[in-house]
Amino acid sequence: MVTNITSFGRSGLSDWLMQRVTAVILLAYTLFMVGFFLGTSNLDYLTWVSLFQGTWMRIFSLLALLSLAAHAWIGLWTVSTDYMKSTGVRLVFQAVVALALFAYVVWGVQLLWGV
Amino acid sequence: MLQVSVYRYNPETDEAPSMKDFEIDTQGKDLMVLDVLHLVKEKDSSMTYRRSCREGVCGSDGMNMNGKNGLACITPLSEVVKNGKLILRPLPGLPVIRDLVVDMSLFYEQYERIQPYLINDTPAPAIERLQSPEDRDKLDGLYECILCACCSTACPSFWWNPDKFVGPSGLLQAYRFLIDSRDTATRERLSELDDPFSVFRCRGIMNCVSVCPKGLNPTRAIGHIRDMLLSNAT
Ligand code: SF4
Ligand code: SF4
Ligand code: FES
Repeated sequence: MVTNITSFGRSGLSDWLMQRVTAVILLAYTLFMVGFFLGTSNLDYLTWVSLFQGTWMRIFSLLALLSLAAHAWIGLWTVSTDYMKSTGVRLVFQAVVALALFAYVVWGVQLLWGV
Repeated sequence: MLQVSVYRYNPETDEAPSMKDFEIDTQGKDLMVLDVLHLVKEKDSSMTYRRSCREGVCGSDGMNMNGKNGLACITPLSEVVKNGKLILRPLPGLPVIRDLVVDMSLFYEQYERIQPYLINDTPAPAIERLQSPEDRDKLDGLYECILCACCSTACPSFWWNPDKFVGPSGLLQAYRFLIDSRDTATRERLSELDDPFSVFRCRGIMNCVSVCPKGLNPTRAIGHIRDMLLSNAT
């Protein structure tokens, strides 16, 4: 057993599963968005706003946002443990990524509940 | 005439590795790469490599031939030579001891980690522990591994984390004992593998499958281990 403290779920299996589940959610969100753009004939500000005023859309979007953050964290964490051999450099990189993802999530929540 | 370019490095005297070229007369025969190395050694006796059985059984002459890992003794020139040139390098990713000889310690440490022996704490029967023919069949494609390290040293995930990722060879052996009906330590074995490195660093690139001189499939074994971890998890 290789000990690790910075990975997402502390277990390779849970990270692996999480990576797949979040990928499916992101795919569903992308397909939904593409469908929305193709299926809406007159796309103006009002249709766009009314879409995001529905609670279900906010839940779906927040889910996609959290999935994106988790997916990016697991992916970039893996890349950093592959290529950054200096512990200091790796920890700084991981801190920057974590901070950026956290900021994106907060910002996204603000946007979603701001419309 | 065959152009042979060989990796030379003696850490005690050389500052850096270099390639040395030889002209070898194969007399038009489709020799094995190992035979060519013998001819090279006749010209330069300081040339160093490992070999023993010369028939693909011992696994000691794994090396990189024109960019692909394999056993020199069972690789005919016709399979690897391009434009009349043969480039020989040590297995990638492991420390070089001398010329084509690498230090396999990291590779063996991973092998040791997966406990490559039957664990069974039930009382031993008077005769050997029996196994049904069906259960025995499950070991086919696993037990044949000769630990040549061709696969693990062709695996990028093993290059980056040879101390944490078990590697294709070790994982093939891990599965060989996980699936053995006579082994009772399945759970303990699995719990040793459930971290982000040991198994899950495999990215499914299948370099291991493409180089294994025994035609084994570590990627498939790794997939089976993942399935076992999944069905054992809560
Ligand atoms: S399939 Fe997995 S073990 Fe095989 S070479 Fe690729 S990453 Fe390595
Ligand atoms: S799986 Fe194949 S390539 Fe890997 S060590 Fe065993 S015999 Fe060699
Ligand atoms: S010399 Fe034994 S495998 Fe090649």
